Order: sequence, then C-alpha cells, then structure tokens
Amino acid sequence: MSSYIEFKNVTFGYQNEEGAVEKNVIESFDFSVEKGSFVAVLGHNGCGKSTIAKLCNGIEVPVSGKVYVDSLDTSDEEKLLDIRRRVGIVFQNPDNQIVATIVEDDVAFGPENLGIDPKEIRRRVDEALKNVGMYEFRQSEPHKLSGGQKQRVAIAGIIAMQPECIVLDEPTAMLDPRGRREVMKTVRRLNREFGITVIFITHYMDEAALADRVVVMDKGRIILDGAPKKVFSNAKILREAGLDVPQATELSIALSEAGILIPEDALSMDELFENIKTVLEDK
Amino acid sequence: MLSDITIGQYYKENSFVHRLDARMKLILTVLFIVIIFLCKNFFALALMLLLTGVSVILSKVPFRMFFKSIKPIVPIILFTVILNMIYIRGGTVLFSWWKLELTSKGVFTAVFMAFRIICLIFCSSLLTYTTAPTELTDAVERLLSPLKVFHVPVHSLAMMMTLALRFIPTLIEEIDRIMNAQKARGADFESGKFLNRVKAMIPVLIPLFVSAFRRAYELSFAMTCRCYHGGDGRTRMKQMKYRVADFVCIFVFAVALVGVILLNNFFGRLI
Repeated sequence: MSSYIEFKNVTFGYQNEEGAVEKNVIESFDFSVEKGSFVAVLGHNGCGKSTIAKLCNGIEVPVSGKVYVDSLDTSDEEKLLDIRRRVGIVFQNPDNQIVATIVEDDVAFGPENLGIDPKEIRRRVDEALKNVGMYEFRQSEPHKLSGGQKQRVAIAGIIAMQPECIVLDEPTAMLDPRGRREVMKTVRRLNREFGITVIFITHYMDEAALADRVVVMDKGRIILDGAPKKVFSNAKILREAGLDVPQATELSIALSEAGILIPEDALSMDELFENIKTVLEDK
Repeated sequence: MLSDITIGQYYKENSFVHRLDARMKLILTVLFIVIIFLCKNFFALALMLLLTGVSVILSKVPFRMFFKSIKPIVPIILFTVILNMIYIRGGTVLFSWWKLELTSKGVFTAVFMAFRIICLIFCSSLLTYTTAPTELTDAVERLLSPLKVFHVPVHSLAMMMTLALRFIPTLIEEIDRIMNAQKARGADFESGKFLNRVKAMIPVLIPLFVSAFRRAYELSFAMTCRCYHGGDGRTRMKQMKYRVADFVCIFVFAVALVGVILLNNFFGRLI
C-alpha cells in the first residue's frame, strides 16, 4: 500500500502578534497514512493533534518540513484547491460548520464551490444524505436537529465533495452517547464500504479502539503507533501521557493482576465477556 | 422553547404564489409599491386593493397572518390619519372646534392614505410569507448580479445575508445560555430601573460577542476546507427558472399599471 498523506520532518508552531513563532506545537514530526486505512489519533488536550488536522489540507503550512497529500505539496498555493477536494475536515462543533439554513443546501455548499454541474450536485447531495442516514431530513432547518444529526449533516457536506480522505477533529466531543454512536457508525461505514481514508482524532479510547491503527501523541510527538490491541496493552505509557485505556482492557488488566488469568487485550465489552466465559469454562 | 423559532416569517404552503420565482416576486413587489404611489384617486386605489385581495387569496396564507403584520404599524397609520385630517383643508367643513377644522377633503385624504399604507404592508408581507429567506437572498444575488460590472461585491453581500440568517437561531440559543449562566451567578434582568436593566445586559453581551467572533473564525476554517473561494466559478444546485405563471403575473401587473394610469386621467385627482 502507498501512503496517501505524508508528514516529512514537520515542525509547526503558531505565530504570535509580531509574527514570530513562540513555541513549536510539533517538532520533527514524521507520520504517514496509507490509502483506505482508518487511523485514530489519540492524545489529551494540547498535544498537537488538532494541528495535525489543519496541516492535512493546507489550512496551516509547516514552518519547516513538508506535508504531502497524494504527492501534492500543501505549501504550494496553486494546488490547495486540489488538495482540499481530496481531503475534507469535519470539526468539533457542528454549529460552526453548517453554512445554510436548509440541510440539503448546506450539503450542496462544497460541490457548488467546486463548480460542478447542478444536476450532478443534486445527485451527490441525495447520495451523501442517504449514506449518513439523513435523507428524510433534507428539507429541515439545521438548528432543529440534534447534535449527532447535525454532525452527520456536516459529514455529508464533506462526502458530497467525494474526497479520498476525511479528517475528523474530535467530531464527537460535543455529542451525547447516542450522537457519538451515530457518528462512529457512519464513519466506519464510509471507510469499509467506500474505501475512504479516515483520520479520526479523538480522546475517547473506546472510539479509537474501532480503528485499524492507533497513533498516540504526547507533547507533539508520537509515543505509540500500531494496532489497537498492541497500543492499549501499554497501559503504563498511556497513563503517563494522561490517557486511559478502554474500560474493557482496564478491567482485564485489573482481573489478571488479581490473579484471574485472562487475556489483557480485550477492547470491547463483548470481547471481555467471551474471554471471561472461556476462562470459566476451562475451570 | 427555542426549537420552534422560524427564521424570517415564512409560512409553509404550496400555493400559486409560493411557487412563483423569487426574483419575479421581488420585482412584482417593487412594481406594486410604485403603482400604489401612482394612484391618484379612489378608483385607481380600488383596482390595487382588488389586486392585493386576489394575491392574498391565491397565497393561501391565512388572513389573520396579515392582520398580525398590520398590528405594529397601527400607530403609524393613526398618526398619518390624524395628521391628514387636521392639515388638509378643502371642500365642505364637516366639523369645527376652536382652531381645528375637519373638512371633507381632509377625511378623504386620510382614508386614502390609510388604505395605501395597508396595501403596502400587505404586499411586502406577502413576499416574506411566501418566500423562504434563502430563496430571497438567492433572488437578491441573482437580480443584483449585473452590478458586478461596477465591482459591487454582490456575491459576498448575499453570502453574508445567508450566514446572518443561518446564525440567528444559534445566537439566540447562545443568549439564552449566557443569561441562564449569569442568573445562576445572581444576575437580575427583570427588576430595577431601565438603566439598571440595560447595565445588567452588559455581562451577557460581552461573552456573546466573544463567542460570535470565535464562531466566525471556526466557520471561516470550515468554509475554506469546503473549497470556498468566493463567487468565481461557483455553481448552484438549485437553479431559478422563470415559468409561464411568472410571465402571466408580470402581464397582470402591467395591465394594472396601465389601468391605474387610465383611471388617474379619466377621473382626475380626487384628493
């Protein structure tokens, strides 16, 4: 597999009023994402994970180093439109990314900006709304929807542009558990069925556990990188970075420390249940 | 309570007037206002009243909605009526007291003015009741687009209008939240003198402004991410097309215009 997004030795810091960079948020950062993969980026507040999202489509450009999207350099201003067409970002607050007063008009906003033929826009909008399960709300006003529904509209607005990659920057942080489940289900479906590359930035362990690969960040560096089971077995490193492990893993670890020997890598409650059942049956 | 705010005063219905092209409705409203001001006698005004009545019936918008829109204007109507009755003098004297004289011409003028204002309110309400705000901003953008030649930023203006409409409910919700937060800290918005109540609003307005700026900042990021780069090369999903009904309407209005001019000349200036 080829890497779709590539960070090469990237250093980035926000400028102060005089235009000088005060403190680097990320330093000498190397990171790449394979096409079609589902990567979760974990980290507590201020570890630089939102900066990663903004660097992915040239909203911010590195102070030094390069970011490539499908081999396009994000610091090349002429390519920005091509890059943003490929990589869409969904932000945390759904209220601040919905542009229009009617759901379908909002979903049409991206394709309209790309100058696509009206009939094709209509087709894409209907398809995008069906894919996120919001088709029957196409005539609604966004402020009358729930948080999870609004966030799904925002996702539809991105997929109507037919991107190859979606970056979600803590899309569930402002949602209730039900809204979180709706959004997660939608994102997974987009990855599995349509092969869209997903970079999912979050601080919820249970959401990260659903990805193919988990990247844990702390102070602008990657401290753990690998399959969810492998990453979450490092409970000690995670706690030092101010993070928890998924509840199921935590319980497994506590059980084995108490002398009940069960595998420590359970990620979901179902998995834990199966593990406990096997242990009990063996006795 | 906040979930039922509707933006603008759009009345959802599927009537002949609702289906008309928003651009045409805008043009017709302007034309209507012009014709109303051309009317010089009751016969011409009666023709326009008839036109208003027919439009209202065709719109299927309940009559009470129009009365609701008249309500806030009643003081202005009364003011105009009284002023006209006092100042316009001519014809037979109907009533006199001290230095005031009520003349037939004064009464006629007052009634004429009242009907004129009512007609204006009815037709502008009809526009906002039957056209969704987004359609209206779209129509404004498309009608004004020739001004682009003179470097008028038509697209940006229309986009600002759309965003303003979009954020009205969001900001109302925000005000509600901030007011509750300040009440929880002991703020009092209801009692006290007017000046004190105004002062009590300051701790609401400052956080509101701060958050509005933050929202604007985030929104601009989100719009950039969705490839927004101004109006150049932008297409629209919903196309506006004039249909036969639109041309029929403009024809009817043109006939009304000619009718008013003829009636003006035939009966002369009655007031």
